[in-house]
Amino acid sequence: MKPVEGNHPPIRLLLIDDERGFVATLSKRLAKRNVKATQAFSGREGIQILRKADFDVVLLDLKMEDMDGLEVLKIIKIMIPDLPVIMLSGHASEETAHNGMRAGAYDYLTKPYDIQELIDKIASATKSDDE
Amino acid sequence: MKKQMYNSLRLKIIGLTLVVSITPLVLLGMAIYYRFARAHEARIEDQVRHLAESQSYAVDFFLRERISLLAMLADTHGFEKLSQPAALSELFETMNRRSEMLGLIDLGVIDCNGQHTAYVGPYDLKGRDYSNEPWFAEVMAKGKYISDVYMGFRRFPHFIIAVRARNGPQHWILRATTDSDVFNRLVKTAQSGRLGDAFIVNTEGIYQTAPRFQGKILGQSHIDPKNFSHGSTFVERRSKRGATDYFAGDWLNNDKWLMVIRQELRGQTDGLAKTRNTEIMIISLGILAIIMTTIFIAHSVVTHLEETAREMDKLNAQLIQSDKLAALGKMAAGIAHEINNPLAVIGEKAGWMKDLLLEEEFQNSPHLEEYATSLLKIESHVERARKITHNMLGFARRMEPHLDDVDIHQILDQTIELLDNHARINGIKIRKHYHSGVQIIASDQSQMQQVFLNLISNAIDAIESNGLIDVTTQQKNGTIVIRIQDDGPGIPKDQQHRIFDPFFSTKATGRGTGLGLSISYSIVEKLGGTITFESEPGKGTTFIVSLPAVAPEKK
Repeated sequence: MKPVEGNHPPIRLLLIDDERGFVATLSKRLAKRNVKATQAFSGREGIQILRKADFDVVLLDLKMEDMDGLEVLKIIKIMIPDLPVIMLSGHASEETAHNGMRAGAYDYLTKPYDIQELIDKIASATKSDDE
Repeated sequence: MKKQMYNSLRLKIIGLTLVVSITPLVLLGMAIYYRFARAHEARIEDQVRHLAESQSYAVDFFLRERISLLAMLADTHGFEKLSQPAALSELFETMNRRSEMLGLIDLGVIDCNGQHTAYVGPYDLKGRDYSNEPWFAEVMAKGKYISDVYMGFRRFPHFIIAVRARNGPQHWILRATTDSDVFNRLVKTAQSGRLGDAFIVNTEGIYQTAPRFQGKILGQSHIDPKNFSHGSTFVERRSKRGATDYFAGDWLNNDKWLMVIRQELRGQTDGLAKTRNTEIMIISLGILAIIMTTIFIAHSVVTHLEETAREMDKLNAQLIQSDKLAALGKMAAGIAHEINNPLAVIGEKAGWMKDLLLEEEFQNSPHLEEYATSLLKIESHVERARKITHNMLGFARRMEPHLDDVDIHQILDQTIELLDNHARINGIKIRKHYHSGVQIIASDQSQMQQVFLNLISNAIDAIESNGLIDVTTQQKNGTIVIRIQDDGPGIPKDQQHRIFDPFFSTKATGRGTGLGLSISYSIVEKLGGTITFESEPGKGTTFIVSLPAVAPEKK
């Protein structure tokens, strides 16, 4: 188990996904890797949380019941343009992913993925954010 | 079945065209020939009729001349003088001496009571009483008489000419027997051509002169003079054994003799036959030309039709294939998405359990190893399932191709490099045959790579071990053709039509998704190209990718 490199304080991550079982487990796993995940179970909830607290990175599912992930992404980009957003897609549709990238997402991952892959992407997103 | 249909179509076209074009030609030919033959017949009729008329005029003239001669002698010499046998005999001799052509055999004087008062000639006819003879009454009534021809004492055909003369109030008759030989010769001058005949018959149809064919003088001619009306000519046609006889009759002035001209058409028809043969030849040539042209046209039309139908079938097959792919793609996308989320949860749960295993209390568990291996298994199978759903989604992808400048050779190089290790381990050699004329085109780099990756790895899988793969590129007429040829076992014939179908795989379960070729098919199709294959069981398979050589946009 490799945590995010360095002796940083935990990385603050907002996890927006309506698949509750997935969100809960992933949060626990991230916590073990020095990433503090805040859970949001819908796009609306995620945006509300974003208004109140600061985050280093957002992990956003592209397909949710209430709002399209792309819409959420666009709103986030308007609110906090510098906040890196990594998209998660069960879709594995490159088209959607490309759309996300075009809309300003930092990167994307298709479900299911390897945890290390996610950690690497989070690390690189927060690192470049620091610079 | 189709072959039969095209053959029957071909026959129908040929048959109909031939009937429609040859029938009028033949009818026209027949009509022309018929008209021509009619004209020809009419000409012969005219000819024969004219001959009959002129000949009858000549015969009439001949007879009138003799009658005139006798009448003149009777008038100039008188009854008294000619009743003396010496005077009559002298006159007879003088006449015969002066003109042999006259053909006089005897000469006799008959008084008004029918008594033969004087006679010169070979028969002893003096003193005979003719008063009851029908001809005597006729001469007395009409002034002249010509008898039918009869065989005389000397076995020569003769006829009698008699004229009435006047002696004061009394009538008397000068009568002469004429050798009909001279007369015969005159009539014969009208026998024209090889088959023309001319003769005279009496009212009973008895030959009065010798005919050239069919019978002899005083024989029955089998001509019914009643068919020939008085005062005119009549043309009678008799057909026997293909030949047509033309009879033209013209009654002589005495109304007892009929001048007949007979002409057989056969002898006169050389011109007609020649015309007919020429016509038949021209029409035959025409028909031959029509038949040849018709067969040629029917053949090209049907061949063209067949080709079009075949192309249509091919197009239809392609359409069905892409429709199938599209429908399956949509379904696959739905399924893949629905499966991916639970897979992600399974993956996360397994991951979390792995994380937990690292904690101290678990480290001492006697089953730690088994837990760890089980979790690894779960993860690897999640990964396997993920690969399948990703393939399904990749297949379903309907995104527009992203066009870059694509160097086919470079993509092939990269792909081969990726697979080379795997191939070498299995003893497979990949040979490149690149054609230098292949240009850079606008296409989708990653999708092209996926296609080549599919095809070459399929080739490697097909060969299994020890073999050759030849990758050939070529550009011709705006198309880039990439051939990937393996010397593997080939695709069995009964499977060839299914290889582009999604989920169809010959590989062992778990080793292939059956989507590789389907995806390749739809990618190449989307890029405007085609993908085909040639496979012979036992010899190997060649996949042929054709791409349009679209030049990249200038930037």
